[in-house]
Amino acid sequence: MVSTMTVGERQMALGLCVLVALCGLFMAVAGRNDLMGPQGVVVLLAGILGAIVVLRRLDAPEPGPERLASYYDEPIKFGIVAAMVWAIIGMLVGDWVAWLLAFPRLTFADVPWASFGRLRPIHTTGIIFGFGGNALIATSMHVMQRTSRARLPDQLSPWFVLAGYNLFCVLAVSGYLIGVTQSKEYAEPEWYADIWLVIVWVTYFILYLRTLARRREPHIYVANWYFLAFILVVAMLHIVNNLALPVSLSSAKSYSLFSGVQDAMVQWWYGHNAVAFFLTAGFLGMLYYYLPKRAGRPIYSYRMSIIGFWGITFFYVWVGSHHLHYTALPQWVQTLGMTFSVMLLVPSWIAAANALLTLNGAWHKVRDDATLRFMMVAAVFYGLSTFEGSFLAIQPVNALSHYTDWTIAHVHAGTLGWNAMIIFGAIYYLVPQLWKRPSMYSPRLVEVHFWFAIAGTVIYVFAMWNSGITQGLMWRTYNDSGTLAYSFVDSLLAMHPYYIARAFGGLLFLIGTAVGCYNIWMTTRTAPAARIAPAGQVPDMPSAPVVAGE
Amino acid sequence: MMGLEHNLMLGFAKSWGLFYLIALALGVVVYTFWPGNRKRFERARTSIMNDESGPWA
Ligand code: HEM
Ligand code: HEM
Repeated sequence: MVSTMTVGERQMALGLCVLVALCGLFMAVAGRNDLMGPQGVVVLLAGILGAIVVLRRLDAPEPGPERLASYYDEPIKFGIVAAMVWAIIGMLVGDWVAWLLAFPRLTFADVPWASFGRLRPIHTTGIIFGFGGNALIATSMHVMQRTSRARLPDQLSPWFVLAGYNLFCVLAVSGYLIGVTQSKEYAEPEWYADIWLVIVWVTYFILYLRTLARRREPHIYVANWYFLAFILVVAMLHIVNNLALPVSLSSAKSYSLFSGVQDAMVQWWYGHNAVAFFLTAGFLGMLYYYLPKRAGRPIYSYRMSIIGFWGITFFYVWVGSHHLHYTALPQWVQTLGMTFSVMLLVPSWIAAANALLTLNGAWHKVRDDATLRFMMVAAVFYGLSTFEGSFLAIQPVNALSHYTDWTIAHVHAGTLGWNAMIIFGAIYYLVPQLWKRPSMYSPRLVEVHFWFAIAGTVIYVFAMWNSGITQGLMWRTYNDSGTLAYSFVDSLLAMHPYYIARAFGGLLFLIGTAVGCYNIWMTTRTAPAARIAPAGQVPDMPSAPVVAGE
Repeated sequence: MMGLEHNLMLGFAKSWGLFYLIALALGVVVYTFWPGNRKRFERARTSIMNDESGPWA
């Protein structure tokens, strides 16, 4: 990792690590009577760890100029491993809180950090930002180089982006455990972490633009548009939603610049566009690159992909208010959000259809190759969850679904069925290629992972649909005298079996992920087999997939 | 003050918002179907199928 940098870059990396460590030291000392203190220790340790890693290879021989004739893939490998580590953490905590919802007494200790309220954001942050974010950064670095036919411009900034981003995630997650939060969903980390993320993110954006500026291919392939929209819009959302005034420089607490209904609107403008640009745009970038590559067929319609892109970017920014139906928000803003949500179905289905039509004529590959099947299933769930989303955004439907597990079903149809599936597909495509192996260690285990994942998703989503609609209906059923027929506890008891089913489905999904980790680990451990292609050339398709059960 | 801001926003959204979205939509459609772009799109679409040989010098 460090030995692929030039000596000058190593020295700069060391300088940056020292700077981070000093910031950590300041936070730890100045904030010693506050939650800031422990957070400072995390930063300090991260800086020291980084410095040690750099120092150990500081005077390794400098890489030769021949490096410039190949893509720079070392950081991508790191990103993939980080994504899988966060996947395990996020899903483990997710499944733990799922069991807690079914059996609250399972809480092992009566301490604040083990409570549902602190563990739940660890699940959402760990899985969305840790797992999803690392996968997005890694795949974007892969796609930007390939589609531009250009190497990353330097060897330092990709590492800064990845390491800095993971520091942000660790800071966030360790903060929740001790009670740090600014109480905005999906934006819980406090001001110092937010500022750090801005620095990292701007570096990421500039890195992307610098790579594109070096491109040898005249037209920028559409996957890059999606990745760029993801980076740019997330920067905007993050900065605006986190505008806040810290109590003092030595305090972890800050207060939002917005208040009341404006605060709510800004938060859900952020929240929904985080779904749109973090969990959708960037992932569509993955879909538009890896699906055609793996299927061995160019995307069905390039024009459709362009229309879809602009449709998604321009419709999505208006829909945040569908999270605030029947609130103090002006009625016209709610109607606006609802209308745009329904229109959003068109560009969403354009993307899903484009992916599935690309596979038309390659269905035998989908049958034989679990990696491609992951991607196919992702496109199907993308279509499904966007249809569901547009439906949920209609006010009377939302009156039934809001506050119920129907939302949770929708969320996980999107995140398990779409985001996680496309990530696994991309990773199984990438790992043999990046580690220069002819195929995954065990194609059969890819198959096993696939079936665990699909079973887990289906069980999870169906359990939550049932539970959500049951809840919604029970809460609005009146008896003859005009009062509610069921108490809240009645609905709670009705949900119990579904909660057990959900936790079981989540367990299956988690087991699948663990199988995937093992398979990836073993792939990187086995000796690189004799290359099939002439030296210096790696085949685009890692080799014909082996069919399980044959 | 509050009411003024709200009405201003509303008026803006109903007039300029409408026009700029329509203009944008037209622009996108024209760009997408512009005959001269067909070749570039076709090339971009197919050229990713063979991009592993490393950066072009
Ligand atoms: C092993 C798989 C998973 C399990 C068992 C699981 C479980 C859970 C549970 C129990 C909740 C809390 C629900 C509630 O408060 O009622 C939750 C919320 C959430 N999960 Fe997961 N999850 C899993 C995977 C994922 C993945 C892969 C993602 C994203 C990529 C994700 C994103 C979310 C989000 C965004 C929420 C918050 C939803 C809301 O507030 O409406 N989950 N999950
Ligand atoms: C056309 C596309 C979509 C529309 C119109 C849409 C609409 C909605 C609506 C109406 C809600 C419920 C709001 C509420 O009652 O509070 C919701 C919640 C949510 N959706 Fe979607 N959705 C779409 C696609 C997606 C996708 C693809 C994903 C994930 C990959 C996703 C993730 C979420 C999450 C995480 C929430 C929960 C937010 C929260 O309350 O914490 N959505 N969506």
